Amino acid sequence: MTDWTGIGISLLKAFLVFFGVVNVVPILVWAERRGSAFIQHRLGPNRVNIAGITLFGLVQPLADVVKFIWKEDYVPSHANRAFYVLAPVMLLIPAAMTFAVIPFADDLVIAGRTIKMQVADLNVGILYVFALTSLAVYGIVLAGWSSNNKYSLLGAIRSSAQMISYELALGLSVVGILMIYASVQLDDIVRGQGELLFGILPKWGVVTQPVAFFLFLAAIFAESNRLPFDLPEAENELVVGYHTEYSAMKFAIFFMAEYMAMVTGAMLIVTLFFGGWQIPWVESAELKATVGEIPAFLLQLGAFSAKVLFFLWLFIWVRWTLPRFRYDQLMRLGWKAILPLALANLFVTGIVLYFT
Amino acid sequence: MPIDPSQVKVLRADEIIRAREDTRAWWKRLYLPAIAMGLGVTIRNMVRNLLNPGGLPTIRYPEERRDYGHRFRGRHYLKKRPSGEPRCVACMMCATACPADCIYIVAGEHPDPAIEKYPVRFDIDGLRCIMCGYCVDACPEDAIAMTKEYEWASYEREDFIWDKEYLLSWRDEKVVDDGYQPYEGEIDKSRMSRGTL
Repeated sequence: MTDWTGIGISLLKAFLVFFGVVNVVPILVWAERRGSAFIQHRLGPNRVNIAGITLFGLVQPLADVVKFIWKEDYVPSHANRAFYVLAPVMLLIPAAMTFAVIPFADDLVIAGRTIKMQVADLNVGILYVFALTSLAVYGIVLAGWSSNNKYSLLGAIRSSAQMISYELALGLSVVGILMIYASVQLDDIVRGQGELLFGILPKWGVVTQPVAFFLFLAAIFAESNRLPFDLPEAENELVVGYHTEYSAMKFAIFFMAEYMAMVTGAMLIVTLFFGGWQIPWVESAELKATVGEIPAFLLQLGAFSAKVLFFLWLFIWVRWTLPRFRYDQLMRLGWKAILPLALANLFVTGIVLYFT
Repeated sequence: MPIDPSQVKVLRADEIIRAREDTRAWWKRLYLPAIAMGLGVTIRNMVRNLLNPGGLPTIRYPEERRDYGHRFRGRHYLKKRPSGEPRCVACMMCATACPADCIYIVAGEHPDPAIEKYPVRFDIDGLRCIMCGYCVDACPEDAIAMTKEYEWASYEREDFIWDKEYLLSWRDEKVVDDGYQPYEGEIDKSRMSRGTL
């Protein structure tokens, strides 16, 4: 018999998670612009209003959307039209699919039905994430190549080189986590982080794998093409890199994909290293027994969101603090620093796990 | 002066600091402390500005304006005689002094023989004018002066050609402070010979 309620709940979850993440994007853009302004002793966008209500500039993204929709959607005559149109979609879809495996709260039990607070609890878990984030490079390469523009192409080449270099480090830095929590399923990893280490510290990934955390952080910055690793865009050298020729909604899609990649990155950091939805020193079962099922769910969702928002802010904060790497420095850091460190970390983790 | 060979210090190989050598401690070479310090600087500035947005140097333009000095060289105006006529005698001094060649004057004969001439046309091309104020300095009759007006954006090129009537009357409609004015003090003639009045 078909479980229609189950399908309905899954669809609802998929919709809500997608809707939630898409709506984080304009708020992030706002935070980026206002935050950077205050860091640089400016005010940032604070003029756009609806009937005098500016909401500290939060109405600005609405105006941006209207502008993106009504701008001329121009395709250069020298571009390869089919691939040119396909490229933003190729970038957006992996970015929009990645967070399907991220758990954002403990299982919810309503009317005898257990609902996993995760769009899809795949048994390949983290591998699915890596598979999809590597797909993103195709969108960028396609955009750079089909634009038939030297700056776009250079941006795309840089991007692919950078992604290949840092994907390795990204994967290797996570292997230690997988060894400690003995699972690739993100739900299991989050549950494993609910315990206490030595009875005082929460057994978060950042406590058990501090070196891996820093390596992962650097790699995820590089993967999402954010400063200090934004060489594919590098506006003072390459105009804006792979999306130079794009305008209107196509450009908006690139923009959204970048910010969604940031959201995914922040969610991954939180899930792997900061206990996901776990509230430190509070057992999930105890919490549910004390405050009830729904409030416990809301608290965990709140904890997860707060952690994710902090890391999203870190992305913005770092962008307005650090200068961009030179290309050779980028490659040296990736291959000669992060990669050996990740391998050494793996080795040490293996030895420690073997003797305990 | 010849160098005394006995005074020359020969550096041993380990005394030479090569420019490319990184002499920092290993933990500094990780850049992590420096990154943390940088993040501290940015967040400190941001929190300070968030708590006190009034302390930001931004001038919120349409509501707030910068108070320019009394020598600000904004849009020109023509001064009038008590009778309401322009004080200008169409001597062409300003048009001659103008480096941008933006003043166009057509002279006419004035019925009063004490005045002799008056401008039939006196046009300033606001798009050519470089706001140097030489016309104000050149005028022997103190007939042209400048204001603090700087908001004259328009969609039409014609709006930037200010004719005689406009230059005489635009300040009746808009209240603007005086800007650069003709020099009124005693002229130090000993400095004039050096051309540095």
